[in-house]
Amino acid sequence: MSGGVDSSVAAALLAKQGYQVVGLTMKLYDHEGAGIARDSIRGCCSLDAALRAQAVCHTIGIPHYSVDMIDEFEHYVIRDFISEYISGRTPNPCVRCNTYLKWGVLYEKARRLGCDKIATGHYARIREGDGEYQLWRAADGNKDQAYALWGIPRERLSDTLLPLGDLAKTEVRRIASEFGLKTAQTPDSQEICFIPAGEYGDFLLKRVPHLAEIRMGGELVEETNQGRRSVGNHDGYPFYTIGQRKGLGGGFPEPRYVLSTDPAANRVVIGSRERLLGSAFRADQINWLIAPPRQPISVQIQIRYHSPAVTGSISPDESGAGIRLHEPVEAITPGQSAAFFDADRLIGGGRIIETEHSRTN
Amino acid sequence: MKRYYFDHSATTRVDAAVTEAMMKAMRENYGNPSSIHGFGREARVALEDARERIARILNCDPAELFFTSGGTEADNLALMGVMEANRDKGDHLIVSKIEHHAVLETARFLEQHGFRVSYVSPDSYGIIQPDEVMRAIIPGTVLISIMHANNEVGTINPIGKIGQIAREQGILFHTDAVQSFGKLPTDVKDLNVDMLSLSGHKIYGPKGVGAIYIRKGVKLSRRTQGGHQEREMRTGTENLPGAIGLSVAAQICQSKMAAESEHLTRLRDRFWEGLKSRLPDIHLNGHPTERLPGLVNISFEGLEGEALMLTLDMKGLAVSTGSACSSGQTSASHVLLAMGIPPQIAQGSIRFSLGRENDDESVDYALEVVPQVVENFRAMAF
Repeated sequence: MSGGVDSSVAAALLAKQGYQVVGLTMKLYDHEGAGIARDSIRGCCSLDAALRAQAVCHTIGIPHYSVDMIDEFEHYVIRDFISEYISGRTPNPCVRCNTYLKWGVLYEKARRLGCDKIATGHYARIREGDGEYQLWRAADGNKDQAYALWGIPRERLSDTLLPLGDLAKTEVRRIASEFGLKTAQTPDSQEICFIPAGEYGDFLLKRVPHLAEIRMGGELVEETNQGRRSVGNHDGYPFYTIGQRKGLGGGFPEPRYVLSTDPAANRVVIGSRERLLGSAFRADQINWLIAPPRQPISVQIQIRYHSPAVTGSISPDESGAGIRLHEPVEAITPGQSAAFFDADRLIGGGRIIETEHSRTN
Repeated sequence: MKRYYFDHSATTRVDAAVTEAMMKAMRENYGNPSSIHGFGREARVALEDARERIARILNCDPAELFFTSGGTEADNLALMGVMEANRDKGDHLIVSKIEHHAVLETARFLEQHGFRVSYVSPDSYGIIQPDEVMRAIIPGTVLISIMHANNEVGTINPIGKIGQIAREQGILFHTDAVQSFGKLPTDVKDLNVDMLSLSGHKIYGPKGVGAIYIRKGVKLSRRTQGGHQEREMRTGTENLPGAIGLSVAAQICQSKMAAESEHLTRLRDRFWEGLKSRLPDIHLNGHPTERLPGLVNISFEGLEGEALMLTLDMKGLAVSTGSACSSGQTSASHVLLAMGIPPQIAQGSIRFSLGRENDDESVDYALEVVPQVVENFRAMAF
C-alpha cells in the first residue's frame, strides 16, 4: 500500500470480496535521515504515505504494517539507478522496484506472514487460461501499467491479484469515496519516489561527488549529413537523456535532440529530429511470462511508458535478444524497458542495452 | 477477536482512579498555578500537593522534583543541562551501551558538540558492573548516567553501588528510572543518585508527563527559556492535570508494589516455564532473577522477530521487538547486541512485558498461540 488511492481501493475491494487482507507499506528510504524530509509529502511510500495507508486500513478494518526494506531498496534500486546513469543509460527504477521488491522481497515477507497472495493497485489484469496464468493490459488504456510489470517472475503470477484491472481510474476514485477512504482525492504521484521534485541530477551529484569533475569540458557534437562536428560543451553526459531537447544551448536553425551519449569520451551527440528514429536494438535481462521461445517470434513491442506498441520481431540468443521493429520509433533509449506484447497480453520484457546510435556496456 | 496486551513496557492503560482525578482537575481546578488570584492559588496548592506525593516516594525534598513532559525530556535535561553547566569541571560523560535512546542520542549529540563520551558495556546478563564504570572514569568526568532497569531485557543494575563510586570520585550520577519507578523501590538516598528520571505512562498514568529529581546543589542549565515555572528549571505553564495524574498513579503503584510484583513474577515465570517446556531452541535474555517483574525477553532461534511480532498481532497478542520507539526498523536491538548476543539470535527476539492487563487467562492464551506460531514458522521452507 503506497498511500495512494489505487492500492487503497485494491485493498478495500479484496476485503469486501471476503479475502483476509493485510496492508503492507514498504519503508524504502529514510527521508529524514537523508535530509529531504519536509517536501516529499506526496512521495509514494513516504512517512505521510504510510500514515495514510494506515488510516485507510483502519477504515477498511484490516491490519496494516510498515515493513523495513531500506537496505533492499538501496541494493536493488538505488545502486542500479546510479550505475546506469554512470554507464550512460537511463534507468527505470519503478520497474526494478516491481521486479525485485514488490514481487521479490515483499512477496517473500508476505508469505512469511502467512499470506498466500500478493495484490497491488496496478492497472493490469491477471487471467487464467490454457492451464496457466497470464498478465494482460488493463481495461483503462490511459492508466494501463502492464509496461512496468514485465519483470514479474512468471511463477508469481498465480499468486498475484490485480483488482483494478477492469476499472477506469474515475471509477476507482468513486469507489474510494464510497468506502470513505482518506485517499480518495490523493493526487497520483508522478515523480520517482526517492527523488523529490525530479532533481535527479542533484541526487547523482550528491551520491557520486566525482561526477562534478565531468561537468566541465564535455564535448557536444552534432551529427549532420557531412559527418560530426563539435558545437560546444555540455554539462556532463549523465545529465542528458536520449530524445531530450532542453539544455542544449541555442543557435540551431531547427531544434536539436540528444541522439546518444558516450560515457568513455564524455561526449553527447545531438541531431535533428528525424535522426532520433530507430528500428533495431538489443535487449538483455530478458524475463519471459510465457515459455521462453527458442526461435524468433513476431510480437508487439513497447519501448516507453504510455507509448503505443509497435510490431516487430524478437530473436533470442544466449545473452539476450535482438529486436527489429517493422516501423521506426523515436528515441529508443538504453536502460529503458522494452515490453513484449501479444496483442494485449504481456509476454515478457527486457532492458534496452544497445541501439543503432548507442553501444553501451 | 479478543486481544491480549503484553507490551506494558511500551506503555500502560491509565488507571481509572487516575482518570477520575485528572478529569476532576480539568473540570474544577483550571486556574494557572502561577496566577495570583484564588483560581491560581487553588491550582498551585494542587500542584504542590502532587509534587509532594511523588517526592515522598522518592524520599527527596519536593523542591528537588520538577515536572516535565515525560522521561525523554527528563533525560535530555539531565545530560545536556549538567554537561553544559559544568564545563569548568570537565567535558566527559559516561553512559552505558544499553541506555534508552533518549540517553544514548543525547550522549551522541553531546559528542558532536565538543564533549567526550564513554560507553560502558554490560556483562552477558545485561548488567552494568560497578568496576566497569569505575574503569571508564577519567580526570575530566563530570557525569555518569546508568539506567536503573533496562526497558528491553528488564535487567536491574546495581545503582546504589555505582552511585557510591560516583560519590567517592566527586562525579554526578543520574539514573533513568523510567522502567523501575513504581515497580521497584526508588529511594534516591539508597540509590545514591543526584538525578533521576521518571515517566507517567509506564505506571498506569497519562502520557505526556514525567518528572526529574535533581538534588539540591547540582548545577544544571535549563533547556527552556521564558517563564519562571518549576524554579526556572523547566519553564512553561505547568501541566496540572498531568502532574496530578502522575502523582495518583505513583501512589497506587507504591501501595500495590509488593503484591503486584509477586503476582507478575508468578505469571511471568509460568509463561517462561510453559514456553520452555513446549519449544526447543529458545533463550531468555538478561538476568534470570535480577529483573523487573513481568518482563521476559526471549530469542526464538531461526525466526525473524518482525514477522513473529506481526503474526502474533494478527492473532491478538500485542508484543514488541526491541523497543517501541524503533518500530519500522528491523535492525537488531542495540541492547542485545551490546550483551554479546549474536545478531541472528538477536533478530529473533520478542519482548513480553506483563502488567495489569494480564492474568492467568492471558498467559494461557499466550502459551497456546506462541508455540503454534513459532512451530509454523520453523516448518516453513523460507
